Amino acid sequence: MVTITGVIPRPTTYTGLWSWLTTVDHKRIGALYGFSAFFFFIVGGIEAGIMRVQLATSDNSVVSADWFNAMFTMHGTTMIFMVIMPFGATFFNFLVPLMIGARDVAFPRLNAFSYWTFLFGALLMHSGFLIGQVPDAGWFSYANLTAAPFSEGKGLDFWALSLQVLGVASLAAGFNFIVTIINMRAPGMSLMRMPVFVWMTLVTSILLVLAFPIITVALIELTADRQFGANFFNTAAGGDPILWQHLFWLFGHPEVYILILPAMGVVSEIIPTFSRKPLFGYPVVVFSGVVIAIMSWAVWSHHMFTVGLGPIANSVFTITTMLIAVPTGVKIFNWVGTMWNGSIDLKTPMLMAIGFVALFVVGGLSGVSHAVSPSDFQQQDTYYIVAHIHYVLFGGAIFGIFSGIYYWYPKMTGKMYHETLGKVHFWLMFVGMNLTFFPMHYAGLNGMPRRIYTYAEGFGWEGMNLLATIGYFVIVISLLVFIHNFFRSIKRGEPAGNDPWDAPTLEWSISSPPPAYNFAEIPVVRGQDPFWITKREAAARGEPITQGEAHVDPSTIHMPSPSYWPLVASFGVVWLAGGFLIDVGWDYIRFPVAIVGGLITIIGVIGWSNEPATAEHHATGEHH
Amino acid sequence: MAHADTSHAPPAHPPAHEEETTTGINHRKLLMWVFLGSDCLFFGSLIATYMVYRGQSIVGPYPRDIIDVPITTISTFVLLMSSFAMVMGVAAARNGNQKRLIQWLLFTIILGAIFIGFQVYEFNLFRVEGLRYETNLFSSTFFTLTGFHGAHVTLGLFWLVCLVVIAARNPAGRPSGLDVDIAGLYWHFVDIVWIVIFTLLYLIGGFDGPPEAGHAAVQGWNWVAGLFS
Repeated sequence: MVTITGVIPRPTTYTGLWSWLTTVDHKRIGALYGFSAFFFFIVGGIEAGIMRVQLATSDNSVVSADWFNAMFTMHGTTMIFMVIMPFGATFFNFLVPLMIGARDVAFPRLNAFSYWTFLFGALLMHSGFLIGQVPDAGWFSYANLTAAPFSEGKGLDFWALSLQVLGVASLAAGFNFIVTIINMRAPGMSLMRMPVFVWMTLVTSILLVLAFPIITVALIELTADRQFGANFFNTAAGGDPILWQHLFWLFGHPEVYILILPAMGVVSEIIPTFSRKPLFGYPVVVFSGVVIAIMSWAVWSHHMFTVGLGPIANSVFTITTMLIAVPTGVKIFNWVGTMWNGSIDLKTPMLMAIGFVALFVVGGLSGVSHAVSPSDFQQQDTYYIVAHIHYVLFGGAIFGIFSGIYYWYPKMTGKMYHETLGKVHFWLMFVGMNLTFFPMHYAGLNGMPRRIYTYAEGFGWEGMNLLATIGYFVIVISLLVFIHNFFRSIKRGEPAGNDPWDAPTLEWSISSPPPAYNFAEIPVVRGQDPFWITKREAAARGEPITQGEAHVDPSTIHMPSPSYWPLVASFGVVWLAGGFLIDVGWDYIRFPVAIVGGLITIIGVIGWSNEPATAEHHATGEHH
Repeated sequence: MAHADTSHAPPAHPPAHEEETTTGINHRKLLMWVFLGSDCLFFGSLIATYMVYRGQSIVGPYPRDIIDVPITTISTFVLLMSSFAMVMGVAAARNGNQKRLIQWLLFTIILGAIFIGFQVYEFNLFRVEGLRYETNLFSSTFFTLTGFHGAHVTLGLFWLVCLVVIAARNPAGRPSGLDVDIAGLYWHFVDIVWIVIFTLLYLIGGFDGPPEAGHAAVQGWNWVAGLFS
């Protein structure tokens, strides 16, 4: 075997652009995920804005019907795969090793590979815009709308192949976090002492590695149909478009919980801290999360009530869908029970978390209303569904994410955000969110269909749509406040100190921002809420809390070294996918180009496995 | 965000060969188990697609015209024997017997390569007999499922070749027993998947003809409905 090392010397710097490209530090990778996700949040938000402006009045003509199709497709795809999921990965990366008392994830270079593959996949998807080939069959891309005769051009190929790349990134991250959480807990950190956020990360990762292979197969079949003349969804050859719906939603419903469980984990950390009480019914919250994950495999056909699967299938999935609301409702009661009789401190993270609980209840209730299949026949494909999904994913996931951003901002940056600006952000976003999405319930029940690019006047939909468009701009203003607060506070924020919230979890026991090695001395955990235990005992003894650095010389800690091989391997993966997008009139060019991408990946993986995780020359390097 | 105070980044030394873990299971081995769990869903979805479309092809060649059970029985036997060779290789690696390790890995590779040879022969024969990827539902589902299985075997062969090269270059203890063990997990998994594929696509589905009256899915639902009426 050829030894591929030393083409370029192994990176040794910890500053500058090259250090960010080659970093394997979970905190830095978390930051990269966060900034990328926020960038795509803006992109997806602009796509939403184009739709809201178009729909503000009847018979509007700001965009064409084709462009509108592209906008709702890219808005959904972007927000789900390139915003909420990577925001989840931001928190997984930054927090999981800190919360379980580890120095990094189990596979730091695989972690870097996940990030770069995610970024390249997202860029590949959006590069379709540059050549006017934008996917336009909805984020679910139902067969056989997606068959080559009905979706000409390369838009759907960009969609399918980029999602495939994003899937590789998610799978790699899922494997990594499962192994990290199972195998890298500090002494004493038994499963039932883990913070709920870590539990939800574990559950989400298990869902990820089980759900993504299904969409992988569906996308392989779609790509085979479009590019190689296969018959999977070709009705002329006996193929069944419903198979796509089954595969897509068998992935798609667990995916919904992949989006919401991390946010549930985040608020389960924040509500106890700001209520000055341990989480009410910790084992029940954990168990509910696990039950949700298991049951998420038994509800997918509620997306298909109007397909005609028959009364038995519809009844079964009505029952399972109503049952899955039970563990979700249990969690709501646990959060309320945590706040009950607590001394609540309404800081911005807590406001966002309460916003999450309130708005998620609204989304959950509308969800139960279309869990009932006869009722769903009225709601299917109307704006009522749009209202529901945005209460769950904006009111739920996005509020949870912002709650987490404010809560861990001091830990990530070492600075405090501006509290008043944070509250302004919350109230503007809360009002804007309800202004945008609440009227959609009424528009939908009044019969307004989803995915129409315009509507005639006189149906009574104008007022609701205008309100929604106004609400959109209120959300935009709230996000401008957030962006200002974020960058202003990095520059001029008050120093945060190690533990500004008097929080219960381990990440607050170390300095802000944490050192590269996280814990100078691996902590020993003696119960749930370990840092509260430490602080209580120290206070009882009347002693200050000591830092690990007091006992251990950090220069003796061995950390994984930076590496550029994950970047090479990721680049190969996206080249491999991109090869199938080449359209120069001669189809056979795709294979050699794609094979080059495969070879780059193999070179990357061989180089990666030939270098030790920790470079030897660092031992005598310039770092002290 | 996350500006870890890198000026104090500690110098690093090569880590101890196997790190301590919470469960006592090595990280890489656990990763392989999780990956195999994930891969089950991958093959499960491909197999489900095949089963849904079983017997639904409108035009031939149908499986009964083209599937050769005896010859694939031979290639199946070859692949199962490669699993035996792999077990012996893992045992040799655990005992630190480098020479035996190389012998058994080479034997595994040869058997795996023979299996792939059978598959290439079969695919080519099908093509000559008029079953192309785009011919019918059977061809699309068959070539996709067995093709991805063949790709898994090929990747495994590449992995085993790497292990043999490492073993030949390092008489002292590399690859470790664990390295071979993890490759063995993958190899056995791929073999087990083939047992399922052989059963469903050859022994059960190999005699299918054109669609019978009534869609199989409809028949299935009618059967389920009968249970409740």
